[in-house]
Amino acid sequence: MTNQLVIYPLLLQLFLSIFLMFAWRRISWQRVISIVGGFINIAVSIWLFAFIWNEGTHTVQAGNWAAPFGITFVADILSATLVLLTAISGLAVSVFSASSIVAARLKYGYFPIFHFLLLGLNGAFLTGDVFNLYVWFEIIIISSFVLITLGGEKAQLEGAVKYFTLNILASMIFLTAIAVLYGLTGSLNMADLSIKVAAIENRGLVEITGILFLIAFGIKAAVFPLYFWLPDSYHTPPSAVSAIFAGLLTKVGVYALIRFFTLIFVDNTFLQDTILVMAILTLISGGLGALVQNNLRKVFSYLIICHIGFMIIGLGLFTEMAIAGAIFYLIHDIVVKTNLFMVSGLIYRITGTNSIRSLGGLYAQYPMLSLLVAIPLFSLVGIPPLSGFWPKISLITAAFEGENWWVIGAILFASLITLVIIAKVWANVIWKEKLELPERLNFRYYEKLTNEGKMQLVAPIVFLSLVSLYIGFGAEHVQQLSSRVATELMDRQQYIEAVFKSSQTTKP
Amino acid sequence: MRTIILKTASSYLLPVLLIFSVFILLRGHYLPGGGFVGGLIASMAYVLHAFANGLSDTKNLLRFHPGFLMPIGLALAFVSGMAPLFLDLPFMTGLWYPGEIPVLGSIGSALFFDIGVYLVVVGVTLTIIFTIVDTI
Repeated sequence: MTNQLVIYPLLLQLFLSIFLMFAWRRISWQRVISIVGGFINIAVSIWLFAFIWNEGTHTVQAGNWAAPFGITFVADILSATLVLLTAISGLAVSVFSASSIVAARLKYGYFPIFHFLLLGLNGAFLTGDVFNLYVWFEIIIISSFVLITLGGEKAQLEGAVKYFTLNILASMIFLTAIAVLYGLTGSLNMADLSIKVAAIENRGLVEITGILFLIAFGIKAAVFPLYFWLPDSYHTPPSAVSAIFAGLLTKVGVYALIRFFTLIFVDNTFLQDTILVMAILTLISGGLGALVQNNLRKVFSYLIICHIGFMIIGLGLFTEMAIAGAIFYLIHDIVVKTNLFMVSGLIYRITGTNSIRSLGGLYAQYPMLSLLVAIPLFSLVGIPPLSGFWPKISLITAAFEGENWWVIGAILFASLITLVIIAKVWANVIWKEKLELPERLNFRYYEKLTNEGKMQLVAPIVFLSLVSLYIGFGAEHVQQLSSRVATELMDRQQYIEAVFKSSQTTKP
Repeated sequence: MRTIILKTASSYLLPVLLIFSVFILLRGHYLPGGGFVGGLIASMAYVLHAFANGLSDTKNLLRFHPGFLMPIGLALAFVSGMAPLFLDLPFMTGLWYPGEIPVLGSIGSALFFDIGVYLVVVGVTLTIIFTIVDTI
């Protein structure tokens, strides 16, 4: 049973999307299937996580072809954690979609495509093969392109064109980089590459290939000079869609960066310095961008960029403590960003607008909801004991030890600017006097929804806020987890051994 | 383009192209061909028929919406990939029937995967082309 456990999350998502396609016209069935599937997915992911935590890195050789020749699926603790977080965010967004996405969009296959997206995400986290990673990225892009255009509003299409052009460009650079890497080493298996790249004598070529990968994943992760597609596209689709995009799509880029630059391109000060400079500029420019925006979802979009910097900075410092900080931040960020975009969707349902200037009076109208919204907002800032605080300690300590004063400055600046922005959002959206907004006709306001509809909007926010609170108050456990991930990442040998140990294929 | 020559030819070409597409599908394991190319040839047969006789005739000929082939093909491919799991072998391991079968040769789970691909390709191509033709 557990021999093939690594691949179960993938098979489950594939099964769900096929099953949902059979129920193409029955939207009410689709809602139920998607939500029930989300619960099963969490159960499977917890099973996988517990198994990997106890037994160590585990692999599956697809098609029973031995390691460097076939496609290997590898689950180490980092992959298992990310699969679990995908399951958590996925369930929350499924429930949120059930009530917030209008039937006209659901009729054109929203749920099947949504599960194809989750399939692509799980695949990208679990694969141990560079070309296979490219294929999963394609699955992610194609599904996300459908999700972002579904509905076909003018603003949506405009955002989608930018999104699609730059992501296709990133894929092309990624493919070129794979071709160069294959030309250099003759292998595509990550563990095999890790050995072979280290043995190449022409380090200049390795650096160039590394830069190509850095640009490709940099566009997907939205780091400093390459992020311009993100704030222009993430606020256009429905909130449920931007929630899953914000939580997970850019994080796949971060994951790929972490995987490549701890496993394949290592011990290279030039690449590390480049990453560090990009990270510092990402922190500053993302924060400044968020300061001047008026649309709530655009503010959050710029904050995504800003906070990508924290994860990349850990990678640039490249000490065990810094990487542990980056992993902790990644875990915290996936949950909080998904939650924030759902919050913006909830506010939109209540008031009919997302413009910060016209919003206000939420506290007077819905005091309990406002308190709920405070949890993700303040977690994002990292007010201790909430979840954003702990990873920053690790990052700053690591920077102190390396005497990187610029890094400390950038981290503090980004934290401060996040605080200013969140304070502004809080004061304007929650506390300010309520402004009279023109009533929109045919708009499904929150108060007009049935109790079930209201539950489906609020329950996922409560769920993710509880997860956030756990990450904050149970920081000891999460810190233990991220330290173990960091130790594993720094010790490449165990990854390589895990892949090749199982290369004796199972005999029928 | 309603010419009598094309119309007459298409009604003979349709079955020939379909048989040819199945031939391409079956030879695909060791030789050039396979589900993807076979599926494209099969959908070409229907597109040719639609050019000659009009879309509504082709739709009547098909009797069901071609999009319905997509989940069926995916499910077939999925099941053929899943099958080795029940023998505790990794996903997608090729399982082969030991004996030879006349005409077809040796049969394995890869064939069912390819048939799945064939159906998905026919479904996707026809859905796309029919939708475009419908909106013109």
